Amino acid sequence: MKFVENVKADVTTDIVYMMCPMHLLKLEEKIRELDDGQILEIMTDYDGALEDIPGWCEKTGNEFLGIKETEDFYKFYIRKSETRLYEKVKRK
Amino acid sequence: MRKRYFDHVATNPLDVRVFDAMMPYFTEDFGNPLSIYDLGAKAKEAIEKARAHVASLINSKSSEIIFTSSGAEANNFALRGIALARQNEGKHVIVSKMEHHSILNSARFLEKMGFVVTFLPVDKYGIVAPDTVRKSITKETTLISIIHASSEVGTIEPIKEIGQIAKEKGIIFHTDAVAAAGNIPVDVKELGVDLLSMAAHQFYGPKGAGALYVREGLRIVPLIYGGIQENGRRAGTENVPAIVGMGRAAELAKDEMADRIEQAKKLRDKLIKGVSGIENIYLTGHPVPISRDSQRENRLPAHASFTVEFIEGEAMLLLLAAKGIYAASGSACSSKALKASPVLLSMGVSSNLAQGSIVFTLGAGSTEEDIDYLLSEFPQVIKRLREMSPYAKGWGMKGEGGECTVQK
Repeated sequence: MKFVENVKADVTTDIVYMMCPMHLLKLEEKIRELDDGQILEIMTDYDGALEDIPGWCEKTGNEFLGIKETEDFYKFYIRKSETRLYEKVKRK
Repeated sequence: MRKRYFDHVATNPLDVRVFDAMMPYFTEDFGNPLSIYDLGAKAKEAIEKARAHVASLINSKSSEIIFTSSGAEANNFALRGIALARQNEGKHVIVSKMEHHSILNSARFLEKMGFVVTFLPVDKYGIVAPDTVRKSITKETTLISIIHASSEVGTIEPIKEIGQIAKEKGIIFHTDAVAAAGNIPVDVKELGVDLLSMAAHQFYGPKGAGALYVREGLRIVPLIYGGIQENGRRAGTENVPAIVGMGRAAELAKDEMADRIEQAKKLRDKLIKGVSGIENIYLTGHPVPISRDSQRENRLPAHASFTVEFIEGEAMLLLLAAKGIYAASGSACSSKALKASPVLLSMGVSSNLAQGSIVFTLGAGSTEEDIDYLLSEFPQVIKRLREMSPYAKGWGMKGEGGECTVQK
């Protein structure tokens, strides 16, 4: 897992204690609202997100920047990357 | 014989308009709100509309309402969910002795989990003094939960003042507004509460529907795990008809509240005045003020509660029921367990006197004629029971059986 420090997020969403698969639903919802290149921070205590969020990024072409761990939950950082997705589609 | 229902705090009949709103969702529009086809979307739309009405009743955002199966569930959810979510910051919770069992027993569960719980005392009217709350706060305190209005003695607590203290100290504040919401104006912003519980059947909605208001941005550990209903915070396929009913009931309660309060107060005051004339009977809870400033009134508008000396609540209920009058004696728990109400005891009522607790609560359908009938029958019931009661000449020697000794 990639650990990051001092990432400045444009939008933060707190879904700590919300049930799975809220981390994927919120991720999708929030990324849609962002502009290209902006960074989303998701706070969640769901361990499954450690696999799901990087996986989702891989699938959708958004850039997974890494996580930061706190005592009770994780902070995930994702950069919205429309161009990357576009390039991926183009390559295919 | 006409049945005269004086137990609106126990529950209410469903408003016919609420029933009509619910009907389609049992049979035709039965879809699961999570289903993506039109039947699901219709159910989803219906619960979101209901959410907006419930939110509007207490001046919150729709997204701050979580539907539950009851007021008790909302209370369990609030107390346990916040205490657990904040346990790394501290393990001290404050509640009052006026609380419903869904708060008291949740608090006892937390005690078993290693939390420390303070049960705040109250004055003779059942009021929690804001200053007592302030003095009970420690560095470990993470949550305060105080009932908005007591269903047992009708006392309305100084929630706004306690809310200010909680905010100042950075402590989460929950209020159990089950008896208040839908019956008196409740505004979460004005009260300064972070969480608030309510139940639909307290304002002519269906049983089996409740809600918890959770202020935006607050973390809460779920009580029921499962799917992503209620934004991933309360699992279980939604009880769509009940939620629709709660929404409609909230809409009606908001529209008609002023009239309902005015009507209830008029009848309540007549009832209190009439019953207070009977010998050795005492009003419990807050007296109705002489100057009518409704903003400062500390009693629920439809609530009249008393203790009747030398006789016992259960016997009164049975004889009154035989005359078509349905009333209650203290909390459901104390009437079933035949023990003195802890709420009355905490207000300083002696255990002997607390046995004679009786609660009359009014609502839609209560008429002036009902009050007249009650006022003509109730004294006879008391008289008959006192004739039979071994205590009618007093509880025994002064200082032995209690302070109330009447010797003829």
